[in-house]
Amino acid sequence: MPLLEVTNLRTSFHTRHGIVRAVNDVSFSLEKGDTLGIVGESGSGKSVTCYSLMRLIPQPPGKIEGGTAMFDGVDLLTASTEQLSKIRGKRISMIFQDPMTSLNPYLRISDQIIEPLLIHEKISRAAALERGIAMLSEVGVPDAANRIRSYPHEFSGGMRQRVMIAMALITKPELLIADEPTTALDVTVQAQILDLVKKMQRELGMAVIWITHDLGVVAGFCQRVQVMYAGRIVERAATDELFARTAHPYTRALQKSIPALQPKGAALYTIPGMPPDLSRPIPGCPFVPRCEFAQEQCKQPVELKDITPNHATACLRVQKGEIKL
Amino acid sequence: MSAEPPIVTQHLGEIEPGHSLWQDAWHRLRQNKLAIIGGIFVIILAVACFLTVTIAPGTYATTNLALGATKPSLHHLLGTDILGRDMLARILFGGSISLSVGLVATLVSVIIGVLYGAISGYVGGRLDVIMMRIVDIIYSLPFVIFVILILVVFGQQIILVFMAIGAVSWLDMARIVRAQVMSLKRQEFVEAAVSLGLRKRRIILRHMIPNVLGIVAIYGTLIVPTVMLLEAFLSFLGLGVQAPMTSWGTLINDGRKSMEEYPWLLIFPSLFFAITLFSLNFVGDGLRDALDVRASKD
Amino acid sequence: MLRFILKRILEAIPVLLIVATITFFLLHHMPGGPFDTEKVTTPEIKAQIEAYYGLNKPVWRQYLDYMGRLIFHGDLGPSYKYFGWSVNELLAGSLPVSIELGIEGMVFALFFGLIAGTIASLRKNTLGDYLPMSIATLGICIPSFVTGPLLILIFGIHFKWFNSSGWFFPRDRILPAMTLGLYYMAYISRLTRGGMLEILSQDFIRTARAKGASGWRVMCKHCLRGGLLPVVAFLGPAISGLVTGSLVVETIFDIPGSARFFVTSAFNRDGPMLMGTTLVYAVLVVVMNLLADVAQVWMNPKLRFE
Repeated sequence: MPLLEVTNLRTSFHTRHGIVRAVNDVSFSLEKGDTLGIVGESGSGKSVTCYSLMRLIPQPPGKIEGGTAMFDGVDLLTASTEQLSKIRGKRISMIFQDPMTSLNPYLRISDQIIEPLLIHEKISRAAALERGIAMLSEVGVPDAANRIRSYPHEFSGGMRQRVMIAMALITKPELLIADEPTTALDVTVQAQILDLVKKMQRELGMAVIWITHDLGVVAGFCQRVQVMYAGRIVERAATDELFARTAHPYTRALQKSIPALQPKGAALYTIPGMPPDLSRPIPGCPFVPRCEFAQEQCKQPVELKDITPNHATACLRVQKGEIKL
Repeated sequence: MSAEPPIVTQHLGEIEPGHSLWQDAWHRLRQNKLAIIGGIFVIILAVACFLTVTIAPGTYATTNLALGATKPSLHHLLGTDILGRDMLARILFGGSISLSVGLVATLVSVIIGVLYGAISGYVGGRLDVIMMRIVDIIYSLPFVIFVILILVVFGQQIILVFMAIGAVSWLDMARIVRAQVMSLKRQEFVEAAVSLGLRKRRIILRHMIPNVLGIVAIYGTLIVPTVMLLEAFLSFLGLGVQAPMTSWGTLINDGRKSMEEYPWLLIFPSLFFAITLFSLNFVGDGLRDALDVRASKD
Repeated sequence: MLRFILKRILEAIPVLLIVATITFFLLHHMPGGPFDTEKVTTPEIKAQIEAYYGLNKPVWRQYLDYMGRLIFHGDLGPSYKYFGWSVNELLAGSLPVSIELGIEGMVFALFFGLIAGTIASLRKNTLGDYLPMSIATLGICIPSFVTGPLLILIFGIHFKWFNSSGWFFPRDRILPAMTLGLYYMAYISRLTRGGMLEILSQDFIRTARAKGASGWRVMCKHCLRGGLLPVVAFLGPAISGLVTGSLVVETIFDIPGSARFFVTSAFNRDGPMLMGTTLVYAVLVVVMNLLADVAQVWMNPKLRFE
C-alpha cells in the first residue's frame, strides 16, 4: 500500500488575467521511505503540486479543481480541517525555500521549534523545550541550549534552514516535503543540508519529496525523479534510468544546460523560447514551441505512458519509438 | 531527425507589449469606482464653489432679517440662517474658502515636506539623523496648541491660517519623501543608469523625480482632508476665518449653536463637509492602491 | 532597554526647556494685556498691577524669574484671570478630569478599532471588510465637533439616555469618550487591518499552518505581534491628538478639565495659565510617547539590537 497516492490532481488560480492551470492532471505515488525528486523550472507546477497536498494554497485565487491524494486512507484534498490539522506538522511536514521569511521574526526559535509538539502531543512546555534543544543539537546547531532562545535574524542562512528542519522533524513525521530548501543557500551549505536530511531520513525511516530545479541535487539524493513542465509530469523514472536512458526532450535539454558538463570556450546552451502562458489552453505537448524534435503530430493530446517498466514519458515521438535521445 | 524548422520562431511574435507603470496605475485607478465617483464629485463641487465666488459674489452675505431662519424651500434650496442669509450660497462660498485653505495649506505642507525629506534623505549621515530626530520630537508634541498660540498672539489674518495649518502637516510628507529618496539612491537602476554613462542631472530628472512624484501625489491628496479638518477645528474654537467671511468650519460651528431649533443649519454644512472629505479620502486611497504594485487585490 | 529609556529622558529635558522658552517669548508678544478687558483702570492702578505681577521688569529678567520658579519650585505662577488662584491649583483640580477623559477615549478607540480591523482583515474584500472600513472612513471625515452635538441630540435629548453635559455620573463619561475616541478608533481599525493583512500574506504564516496550527493559534500567537506594530507606532501621535481633541470635547460637553482652561485662557489672555497648560501637556505627551516607544521596541525584537 503506497504511503501517498496522488491521482489526477488539478489546481488552478483564478486571476484577473484568466485561469492559470498550474497543475494539470498530475498523478504519482510514494512508498514508505522513498525519496522522490520533483524537477522543473519556475512555473512548472512542482511547488503548487505539493502545496495542494497540504492545502496551503490561498483559496481565493487558488482552487483545487479535482483529483485525490490518498494518505493512509484519508483524501488530503477533501479532508475536514480537523483531520487535516492532525496530519499537517505531525505526519507530513514541510520545509520551505527561504528560511528567513518562513520563520516568524517576532518569536524566539524556542517557541517556534516546540510549537508542533505543543499542538500535536500532550506534553508540558518544559519537556517540549528539552526535546527542542535535543533536536536542535542533532541538526548541527552548536550550543543549542543557549541558541534556542535567539530570534531568527540572529542566525545565518544555513543555520536557519537547520532550524526549519529541526522544526519539521521534531514530531517524527512519515513524509517530509522539501520545497527547494537549498536554493537560497551557498553551495557548501547546500551539501551540508542535503547530508543532514539524508541522515535524518535514515534515522526516522521517513519518505522525502525533494522539489528542486537542480538536476545535480537530484542525482545525489533521490531514488526516483519526476520531471514537470507547464503543470504536467513529462518524464518519470528511477534516477539512474533518467540520466542513462533519457526519454523526453525537455529532460535532455535540462541536462544539456548544466554548465559544468559543457565544453569550455563554447557558448552556453540555453533552451530557446519561454515557458508557456498557463492561462491559455495548450493542446498537445506544452514543450512544442521550444522542442527541436517537435512536429505537427505533437500538437495532439498525449498521455504519460510507460515505455519500460517504471519509466514513463509524455513525449509522443519517444513513445512511438521515432526518436532516441 | 526532423527536417522541419523549429516551431519556436513562430511564437516570438506572440510576446505581449509591456505596460508602463503609469499606464498600469491609471488602468487600476479607473477600475476603482469609489475613487472615480469621489474625484468627479470634488471636481464638480470645486467648480460650483468658484463659480459662485466669481458670478454671484455678494449673495452669501446679503441678510434678510425679516425673514430669519427658514427651512429649505424653492426660493432657498437649503434654507436660510438666523440672519436670513441663503444657506446654499453660504455653503458654496464657505466651500471655496475651505477648499482654498485645503489646497494652499497642502501646498505649503508638500513644499516644506518634500524639501526637508529630500535633503535629509539625499545627504544622509549626521544631518539626516539630526533632521529626523527633530521631526520625531515635533511629531510627538501637540503642535496644534502652538498653532493656537501663534494665532492668538499674531492675530487671525487668513495668510497666517494657511501657513500655520500647513506647518503642522508637513511631517508625514517629510518622512515619506525621505524614505523614498533613500531607497531610490540605492536602487540598482540608478547604478545601471550611471554605468550606462548618463549624467547625474539626467538621472535625477528621468528616474528619480517620477518615482517621488507618485508618492507625493498620493500623500498630498490625503493631506487635503486632514488640513480641512484642522481648519474646521480652528473655526470651531473661534480662531478661523472671521465674519462676514465664512468657511465650512464656521458654518458648522454656527449651526451647532442653534441645532435644536434649526437642525438644518448644522446638517447641510456637515453633509457637504463630510462627503467632500470622504471623496478626497477615496481618491487618495485609490491613488495609493493604483500606484502600490505590491498591494494588488489578486 | 534601560539605556534606551535613559537616553530618551535626557533628550526630553532640553526639548521641554526649548518648548518653555519659545512659549514664554511667544506669549510675551501677545497683544492686549490680561487686564485690558477688565473695568477701566487709572494709569497708577495699572502700574501697581504690573509691578505686582512683575510685568515691569525687563523681558529676560521675567524669563529667568519664571524659569527659576518653575524648575526649583515647580511653581507655575499666579493666574491673571482668576485672582487669588495659582495656576498650580487650577491645574491640580482640572488635570485629573482631562486625563480620565483621555484614557477612556483611548480605551474606546483601541478596543473597537482593534476588533474592527482584525475582523476586516480576515474577511478581506467582502461585506465584513467593506462595512467596518467605510464606517471607519466616516469616523475620520466627520469632525468631533459634529459628532459630539449629534450624539447629544440623538442620545441625550431624543432618547434621554444620557445627560447633555456635565461630568457627575459614570454615565456622563460615555458620550464624551466616544466623541473623543471616534477618530482614533477609525484610524486604528485601518492600521490594524493593514498590519494584519501584511502579516497574513507572509511566508511564516504558511509555515505555521504547515505545522498544523489552528486558526486561533495562527492569529493570536503569530499575527498579533507583528500585525499590531503599526497601531503601537501610532499610539504616540494618537496621544498628542487626544490632547487637541479634548479641547473640543471638553467645550461641547462642558467638562471641567484643563483643556477647557486652555481655550478660555487664550481668549482671556491669561499668560501664566496658557504657559502652564502648554507645559503640562508637553510633559504629558513626552512621557506617553516614551512609553509608546518602549512598547514598540518590546514588541519588535529587530529594534532591540539597534
